[in-house]
Amino acid sequence: MSDTVSRQGEMRRDIAATRRRGFGIALFVLAAIILLLFARGTTPDARTTFQFSAPPAPSLPPLPFRALPVLLGLGIVCALLGVVQILWKKNKRIYLLLGVGLALTGVAFLAWSGKGATVDVEGLLMTSLIEAVPLTLGALSGLLCERAGVINIAIEGQFLVSAFLGALIGSASHNLYLGLLAGATAGALVGLVLAVFTITYAADQIIVGVVLDAFALGLTSFFLQSLLAPHQDTLNSPAVFSPISLPLLDRIPIVGPLLFNQNIFVYLTIIILVAVQVALFRTRWGLRVRAVGEHPRAADTVGINVQRVRYRNVILGGIVAGIGGASFTIGSTGQFAPNMTSGLGYIALAAMIFGRWRPLGALGAALLFGFTDALQFALSILNVPIPSSFLTMFPYLATILAVAGLVGKVLPPAADGKPYTRE
Amino acid sequence: MRLELQGISKRFGDLVANDRISLTAEEGEIHALLGENGAGKTTLMNVLDGLYRPDEGVIQIDGAPVHFANPGEAIKAGIGMVHQNFMLIPVFTVSENVMLGFERTRRFGFLDRGRARQEIGELSRRFGLEVDPDAMVGDLSVGQQQRVEIVKALSREAHLLILDEPTAVLTPQETDELFTVMRSLRASGRTILFITHKLKEVLAIADRITVIRQGKVIGTTRPSETTAQDLASMMVGRGVDLQVKKTAARPQEPILEVHNLTVLDETGRVAVDGLNLEVRAGEIMAVAGVQGNGQTELSEGITGLALVIAGSVRIAGRDLTGASPKTILRAGVANIPEDRQRDGLVGDFQIAENIILDVHDEMPYSLHGALRWPSIFEVSQGRLSDFDIRAPSVHVAVKTLSGGNQQKVIVARELPRHIRLILAAQPTRGLDIGSIEYVHSRLVAARDAGAAVLLISSELDEVMALADRIVVIYRGRLTGPFDAASLGREQIGLLMAGSAADATRPGETA
Amino acid sequence: MSGNVTPAPEKAPRRPFLRRALDAIVSGNAFTVTFLAFVSALILGAIIIILATPSAIRAWQDFGYAPGEALRQSWRAVANAYGSLFLGSIGSPRAIIDAIRSGDGASVVAAFIPLSETLVSTTPLMMAGLGIALAFRAGLFDIGGQGQLVLGAIGATIAGFSFPSLPAVIHVPLAILSGAAFGAAWGFIPGVLKARTGAHEVITSMMLNYVGMNLLTWLLTTGLVQAPPRNQAISKVVVAAARLPSITGSSLRANLGIVLAVLLVLGVGWLLNRSTLGFRFRMLGANRDAARVAGVQIERHFTIAMTLAGMLVGLGGAFMVLGVDFRLSPLYSGSIGFDGITVAILGRGTPLGVGLSALLFGAFTAGGRTMQVNTSIPLQLVQVLQAVLVLFVAAPGVIRTIYRIRLTKAGGRVFGGWAG
Repeated sequence: MSDTVSRQGEMRRDIAATRRRGFGIALFVLAAIILLLFARGTTPDARTTFQFSAPPAPSLPPLPFRALPVLLGLGIVCALLGVVQILWKKNKRIYLLLGVGLALTGVAFLAWSGKGATVDVEGLLMTSLIEAVPLTLGALSGLLCERAGVINIAIEGQFLVSAFLGALIGSASHNLYLGLLAGATAGALVGLVLAVFTITYAADQIIVGVVLDAFALGLTSFFLQSLLAPHQDTLNSPAVFSPISLPLLDRIPIVGPLLFNQNIFVYLTIIILVAVQVALFRTRWGLRVRAVGEHPRAADTVGINVQRVRYRNVILGGIVAGIGGASFTIGSTGQFAPNMTSGLGYIALAAMIFGRWRPLGALGAALLFGFTDALQFALSILNVPIPSSFLTMFPYLATILAVAGLVGKVLPPAADGKPYTRE
Repeated sequence: MRLELQGISKRFGDLVANDRISLTAEEGEIHALLGENGAGKTTLMNVLDGLYRPDEGVIQIDGAPVHFANPGEAIKAGIGMVHQNFMLIPVFTVSENVMLGFERTRRFGFLDRGRARQEIGELSRRFGLEVDPDAMVGDLSVGQQQRVEIVKALSREAHLLILDEPTAVLTPQETDELFTVMRSLRASGRTILFITHKLKEVLAIADRITVIRQGKVIGTTRPSETTAQDLASMMVGRGVDLQVKKTAARPQEPILEVHNLTVLDETGRVAVDGLNLEVRAGEIMAVAGVQGNGQTELSEGITGLALVIAGSVRIAGRDLTGASPKTILRAGVANIPEDRQRDGLVGDFQIAENIILDVHDEMPYSLHGALRWPSIFEVSQGRLSDFDIRAPSVHVAVKTLSGGNQQKVIVARELPRHIRLILAAQPTRGLDIGSIEYVHSRLVAARDAGAAVLLISSELDEVMALADRIVVIYRGRLTGPFDAASLGREQIGLLMAGSAADATRPGETA
Repeated sequence: MSGNVTPAPEKAPRRPFLRRALDAIVSGNAFTVTFLAFVSALILGAIIIILATPSAIRAWQDFGYAPGEALRQSWRAVANAYGSLFLGSIGSPRAIIDAIRSGDGASVVAAFIPLSETLVSTTPLMMAGLGIALAFRAGLFDIGGQGQLVLGAIGATIAGFSFPSLPAVIHVPLAILSGAAFGAAWGFIPGVLKARTGAHEVITSMMLNYVGMNLLTWLLTTGLVQAPPRNQAISKVVVAAARLPSITGSSLRANLGIVLAVLLVLGVGWLLNRSTLGFRFRMLGANRDAARVAGVQIERHFTIAMTLAGMLVGLGGAFMVLGVDFRLSPLYSGSIGFDGITVAILGRGTPLGVGLSALLFGAFTAGGRTMQVNTSIPLQLVQVLQAVLVLFVAAPGVIRTIYRIRLTKAGGRVFGGWAG
């Protein structure tokens, strides 16, 4: 075992070095895409207009610009970032650099695809952010579980059950906060079932997760049809949380409408995200959680109750996913529809993996995935010949690339997925 | 702190790991618990640590009975355990590991890293345990990690320290440093329970020694009242003479020729370092050495399981460097792996299936990709009686067999083939005496039938009893070969400890 | 061989494969656990049915005055639902006998419709379960059934409409092989990624599900696949010569697919228990390290096992499209790829177990449709029943606790974390 300890140290260093190189190459690839794909087909006089205005912030004039110089500039910056990434060995923020590169590529993409037209950048960002809310919450749910060593594939199921109950209770009680509470509770209950089966009875975590998803899908569709459908007006037509604007802050151009004029789910997501990030890495609770996920026996020998930590985290994760699930109904569309999450729980899982089991990483991944989703609408308006199916595929392909180590391999918590027993 | 165990028993199913064990460790004493691998030492320690609950017996601390439902309670009672397999989290820093479960916090549960760092510094200085609080544990050497474990125990105000086989993975220098630390801990009034199977160390450091064998206490004595010989016979209970009936070897042509072999371990460190070795038909060559000096990588390099980065391996005249494990097996190599349950057997498979594990695609067991179960069962049935495997039938799962019978299944699979070279790594570890003698006699018989035998063993008795020639491995390099008759135990022991390696390194072997 | 045989070893009797497999299922705990899990699922299902039946709920509200009425209403609701589940999957035994006695062709056909529909639903489940079970046995968790099924269906459809003038003897096998190849490709990717990079097959195959489904969505908008006049998201139709023939020669939908599926179950049974390749798969699944030491090329066998798994699941999609639907539509796979996982678990990874589990779930599906028509209970009840059943099978400890019975530990773990 002591061999294993130092072996993992070596492995980590190796991975860090390969990852830096991989990320550098990835940045070069992005630069190449900008320069060769976007800039090459752009005539010098092509113009793009970016639109940044949204109420309630004071409206900004549209920003027209020549596409070609901007594309060339973005491509060169991206390539420079790649050089920095590879040469600057002590850089601790390699993910930030990659994130910047991806963002630049996004801007370049918009500048290229919007030639001769106006791109509503603010609207695009808004959609991305709203798409990212359930993804981030789902990813945080997965993260809370997996950091403690329990794989949570049941995020999708938690989404469905809580979206359903959120709509039902929100509608029947005419109280959206009760609906939110019901959603969180529903998520926690699914979490509890996952915990009982996998922690107490040591059943295979992936199997239980997959089956719980099927269970949730069946159960919600069943009750939707048998209970809700005959009484849509009373049982399945909740109101929707309306935006809460923070005075003054919501007047800040660009940022204000995005961050300070949203409904409760956006604020909750930000609060939960910050809380998890800080608690996981700065507090006693977080230290113990990570210890249980990495080496449960070691945690046990210093008097930490492994099973209790796991139970607590799986249920906490259920609550977080439950809030995310409730956002599908009482946060956006109101009504519950069969299989309305359509696999977003799995994208949330992908976001967690892509974000390397870290809260901020999960947020970054969720925003990226949300952005590609938002692009679908933008592109259909701009008439760009990229089938929307390919954009939908992006999160999945990106995750495959990430786990295959093509851009630097990601490592899960060491004891993730392994039941713990003493004797 | 005075610890008294009274009649502690612990059973796992039918296996009695601890059988009414009683012992007393006085305050300020280094009390050694001596026993072979599998004697029940670690089980006892896990009972003391609250990981296992004893089936019978009482633990008393300073005269008062205590019960530990979990390790946390044992820690509260002042017991600090340094496990043989360190209980450290590689991706945590030293200070995170030390404070885990005993965290220094500020308001709202925020970790007070500054205070933890400071406390580690104080403990380090006081007991000479130098560690960097901010280093990642995964980056530390094994010796440093052990220091972290000791600091961890001390930071919880442990008055009784249990060290489980602390020297198994240490270099001699690190062992000396550890002993210095242990003495200073004793001087501070702490009690130390030192678990080991190494006689020399016990005599060097212990105040009193309790020997256990097969889960039972054999006796308690003092270094001044005993000798290594006496202790050894108490430990093994068979008058130490592990005699194997064998005639003088009649070595013939070289079968295994290893030249300048270099193999990396899984972390990419050089584990086998430009090693030369030759084993001839009809002789048993033993590779003696303390565990973890490159033995595993040596055998994996020969069998094609590890990547050979330099040098060559020739078997029966064929260059098989970098060949696949299958090709090497086909070339007439029998492999008795070190970890039989992990590498040698499929526990859920029937005996019959295990008998054909690596020959399942050969006649008579299969033809054109189809298994021939009648032949498989027939052959296995024969092996059951030929190799004295005690099992109700060839259909039982091999995991239900005893360790000795499991090893016999491997021997029954490997030896009846047409064999040029036998690679036997720790072939009798954890076996009962009957099985040990059986395996030994089989190896000698194979030698007499003309096979070359490479025995890798950390059991000195086994090496002395079986080997015709001996090489000693230390940090991936060999010393020797020596004629077995010309070398005493003492000398081998010295070489295994690496003390003479530089002086006597002959470079090339004969 | 020496003569001094001490414990008188009995001559190993050679038992037929089916017999051994049956023994394995019936003997000991596996059967008990499965049976009790089934009972538990039915009980839970009954509660759900009562909850969804307004008349029963109303009766329970009056439980204080008329307890008998509440029980009567509940019993009626449950009996109705489960009764029509049975009628829809197997049919009315009396109707079948009467129809055969009457000798009237049309009524015989009508009486056998439920059984035929059960077989139709069973076919893809059996293939998906079989592929996933094969991967299980090699120690791999193929969660990518959805994608493999879709790809298999795509492959079969494209081959099925692309050659308008081939004779059926060539066209049917060609379309089947094309489906198999497409499915195999979708299994090969996670297999080779695991072999080459160590990427976990659970993650990669799950992601490929959605890549596959989106690929289908896109194909249904292309000129190659979309049916003219290209205003609907459906594919061109498989020509008659590429369709799987009916096994009864009548209007019943049961077709050659189920026959092929059963043959493939037997084939995989042979592969796992009688072939050297299957022996290596099982070695890998039971102890990867020992397999490596015994000379098995682990990486290559991972790839082969995943490819074969993808191929089998893909065949399920091919049989669906060539036997029943004849054209693709968006979200073609439904949830069959995921249901295949539950079939494989319920069947404990053995081909015979998979066959029986698929038959059970197929009957559930067919019967569920009838139940939905005859009673107010929605089809999704069967999905809940399946999930609960498998949940209990996957955690025998729960069953042990509920029923206070002593069982020795049954079954092993198929999966040990992302790092595995």
